[in-house]
Amino acid sequence: MPHLHLPWLELSVLIPLLGAVYLGLLKSREAAYRHCIVLCGLTLFCAVGEWIDFGVLHAFEAYDQWDIFGVVLHQHLFVVDELSAPLLPLAALLYLMTVMSTLRTKLNRFSFAWALFSEAILLATLSCREPSVIIALMAVATVPPWIEMRSRGHSTRVYSWHMGLFVLLLTGGWLLSPAAAPGPGEAVAITTLLAGAMLTAAALLRSGIVPVHCWMTDLFEKATFGTALLYVAPMTGAYVVMRIVLPIAPSWALHSIAIVSLITSVYAAGMALVQTDARRFYCYLFLSHSSLVLVGLELVTPIGLTGALCVWLSVGLSLGGFGLSLRCVEARVGKISLKRFLGLYDHSPTLAVLFLITGLASIGFPGTIGFIGAELLVEGAVGVYPLVGFAVVLAAAMNGIAVMWVYFRIFTGAVHTAPLSLSVRPVERIAVLILAALIIGGGLIPQPGVASRYHAAVELMRRRGGEPVEAAVEHAAVSWFPQRPTIALETAPEQTRP
Amino acid sequence: MNLDLIFQALGVCVVASPSLLLAIIGLMALAGWPLGERLLTRLTAAAVVFGMAAAVAILVLMLATGVRHVAIDLGDWVSIPQQHFHFHWKFMFDRLSVPFTILSFALCGTVGAFASRYLHREPGFHRFFVSYALFLLGMVISSLAGTIETLFLGWEFVGLSSALLVAFFHERPSPVRNGLRVWCVYRIADAAFLVAALALHHLTGGGDFDGLIGAGAWPEGHASISPSHALFVGALLLIAAAGKSGLLPFSGWLPRAMEGPTPSSAVFYGALSVHLGAYLLLRVSPMLELSPLLCAAVVVLGISSAIFGALTERVQTDVKSALAFASLTQVGIIVAEIGFGLRYIPLIHIIGHACLRTLQILRSPSLLYDYQQIENAIGSHLPHEASIWRRIIPPSVRAWTYRFAYERGYLDAMLDDFIVRPLLNVFRWCDRMERRWTNFLSGSEAADAVKNRPAESPLGWNGPEDAESPDLETDVLETGALETGSPDQEARETGVPKTGASSRGGLNASEDAAQVEDRS
Repeated sequence: MPHLHLPWLELSVLIPLLGAVYLGLLKSREAAYRHCIVLCGLTLFCAVGEWIDFGVLHAFEAYDQWDIFGVVLHQHLFVVDELSAPLLPLAALLYLMTVMSTLRTKLNRFSFAWALFSEAILLATLSCREPSVIIALMAVATVPPWIEMRSRGHSTRVYSWHMGLFVLLLTGGWLLSPAAAPGPGEAVAITTLLAGAMLTAAALLRSGIVPVHCWMTDLFEKATFGTALLYVAPMTGAYVVMRIVLPIAPSWALHSIAIVSLITSVYAAGMALVQTDARRFYCYLFLSHSSLVLVGLELVTPIGLTGALCVWLSVGLSLGGFGLSLRCVEARVGKISLKRFLGLYDHSPTLAVLFLITGLASIGFPGTIGFIGAELLVEGAVGVYPLVGFAVVLAAAMNGIAVMWVYFRIFTGAVHTAPLSLSVRPVERIAVLILAALIIGGGLIPQPGVASRYHAAVELMRRRGGEPVEAAVEHAAVSWFPQRPTIALETAPEQTRP
Repeated sequence: MNLDLIFQALGVCVVASPSLLLAIIGLMALAGWPLGERLLTRLTAAAVVFGMAAAVAILVLMLATGVRHVAIDLGDWVSIPQQHFHFHWKFMFDRLSVPFTILSFALCGTVGAFASRYLHREPGFHRFFVSYALFLLGMVISSLAGTIETLFLGWEFVGLSSALLVAFFHERPSPVRNGLRVWCVYRIADAAFLVAALALHHLTGGGDFDGLIGAGAWPEGHASISPSHALFVGALLLIAAAGKSGLLPFSGWLPRAMEGPTPSSAVFYGALSVHLGAYLLLRVSPMLELSPLLCAAVVVLGISSAIFGALTERVQTDVKSALAFASLTQVGIIVAEIGFGLRYIPLIHIIGHACLRTLQILRSPSLLYDYQQIENAIGSHLPHEASIWRRIIPPSVRAWTYRFAYERGYLDAMLDDFIVRPLLNVFRWCDRMERRWTNFLSGSEAADAVKNRPAESPLGWNGPEDAESPDLETDVLETGALETGSPDQEARETGVPKTGASSRGGLNASEDAAQVEDRS
């Protein structure tokens, strides 16, 4: 397996990790804010470097250069492949944008040290393919939001119950899986079934699938918007599905995930229409889109999987930007009630435009990054089961209405008078321009992204069943029938357990 | 230079000119350096003239050489060859698309010139022209689309620009609500369109119109799908067309759209946008011919929309709404003509009607002024001749018809009462249940965290309406009641007296009917 030219992965994890320690020691919030921007920028630089370096290699996967963990643990901990390569810069970009768009008045609320710690954990998770390490990192990632909610004096019961169950299911499922505890043939079948069910349940819980989604709305209500956004926007639940569930799950399990994800998507789209609080609205909108990603992932057809991987990136980028614009508005006018018109357009037209562009990109509007992904997703869904495709279209239509409704509520409909300027700061304008360029640029020139995602989808399908792509495609077309569970953990040959 | 190359160059110019216009205006605005009024106007005029000149040149060349079908293939935008997935950039110049494109350029150019004076020093001048450029690009792409995906792209651009322009005067809630209503209808139509496009993909192996309607030049092509498939896809496209053209049962958005500035009303809802549905039906007309049932549905929809528009138009109390329903009447007739199998007559009808209606709507503000001048001069209202219907139809039927027309067939009310409100109520119930559940889990402390969360405004501003007024709690999606809400309510919300197309709200329909009876 080829190596990257530099230890990009380790650097992108170590920089925020050490930065978190450093910021924790700083007294001045202003200095912490400035240093955090620099550290997040460096992390993004390493993540982008990894992406470019990996692209140059023309390989499906690559190890880090000078792998310290490889020397110590005798196995490559950090591996980048076509699935995770673009997710790392996306995650780093989201963190940088969030930090950049934090107003000075919010410096005391938003913890930069914890943000950097979360970034390090997230990037380590996305750089890792070893299930046990992913599970450990996912468990650690649940801690920073919990600490923040506690420090703000809010009840953490809803969050604790759900995340506790998530960690429990994930750990239990992994311990029961044959890869972790091999046994005789008959026992393997039963434990595989149980392990698969537990891992699937854990992934669904982390993804906020109905009816175990309430922790998400609770998180958005009680944590700071930035923390909540950064916890859900990278869609690590979907990553767990791809890394841990997909390789071992039988078709019926994937079928079940697709159905409940589809129900969640439509349900969340409907719920977004009746919300009166902007945070809850955003939460449901995000839930609807992230569920669509899961629908595509579980279709296990090349087109559907390609669409889901494209939508994963586009939703992460567009809804990340959408959330940031909401956060910027909230930082200026306080909590945003959707019961009344705010009329903020004339005060901050740039934010309004960003809100509209990111919102439209999230619903797959033509000319934006989400368009082709949404088309592929629907195409893949219709190809497998037409009704699923129609439901996806229905959810997209409802989300489109919801986005425009909230745009009108926040930016129009009233004459707003404010004693001070509400316009965007230069640093926010830079963030807006970067996001707009990525969203529109990705929409106008989609071929490289689609080709890369298709290649990743085909490889993932091949590795899932160990079958050639043609067979996988043929199988996928009739895949909604029960079949014998297959166990093919996605590990490199030298990592395969006895 | 051979003929193909010339066609190729001219075709690219037609599409590139509005694209460049949008790119320049949009990017400058996004970067925070909006163009000045004069520069913006000149840029717009240049783009329109350049695009139109190229389109006219193509028409002249086609007439001179006898070529009836020119396809400009710009290659694949996206392709996954292994899966036979292609998103093809292809534009078609034929007897249908060329006149429609030239019409789009001509009317957009006229309205652009009109708007540069009409909206002079208006705060939203720049915003108007961004939406205008988006609309122009959408119309050109829709008109020339050689694949159904390309048509969908242009279709969406037109929809977005329409919704934004209806809500142009966004300091008042009423235009915004109407803009949202238009957007909602368009999303439903777009969903039907998208499903139709996907179905077409699966049936013909691609979204190319050549694959659908055969290789023959329009209108002589023959569809290559079975009648049952044609019925299915055609029905979906009919829903899409009905939404876009304001046909029944989606007619409610048409008068609401008149809430926008007069130039946009003229070019969008009087002239171009409202005909886009009919254009779609003309484009897929070879498919309609396969299914008599589909043709019958098209005819019924067209005639019923025309009758509805004719009835409703007569009782409108403002000129723009009356013109909107008059447009609906003509569009209904055009759709019926398409259903009857006519091809060139609907096209000529579209062109004639679009030009006439643009002139009427642009003239409407000054026409009212002229009428007032005349009435002031003669010292009384202008005389009205009683129509023949007043003698033939009994008063009770007249009153009922008046009420039906005044309430616009209760279409909006029915959509709200039977579809929107029940749906929203279900989700509201779910929301309440979720809150109870989180309350239960968190020991009833934090479910209302939002309400208890302190306002976090760094500026200490909590908004003038922090005390939530119950009369504003009606969801914005349920706009049927809002549109007939009293002007006083809107004035309370905004501090701006209600004027314009929707100012009839304070009138009570039954009182109006009684007045008519009295007068008769």
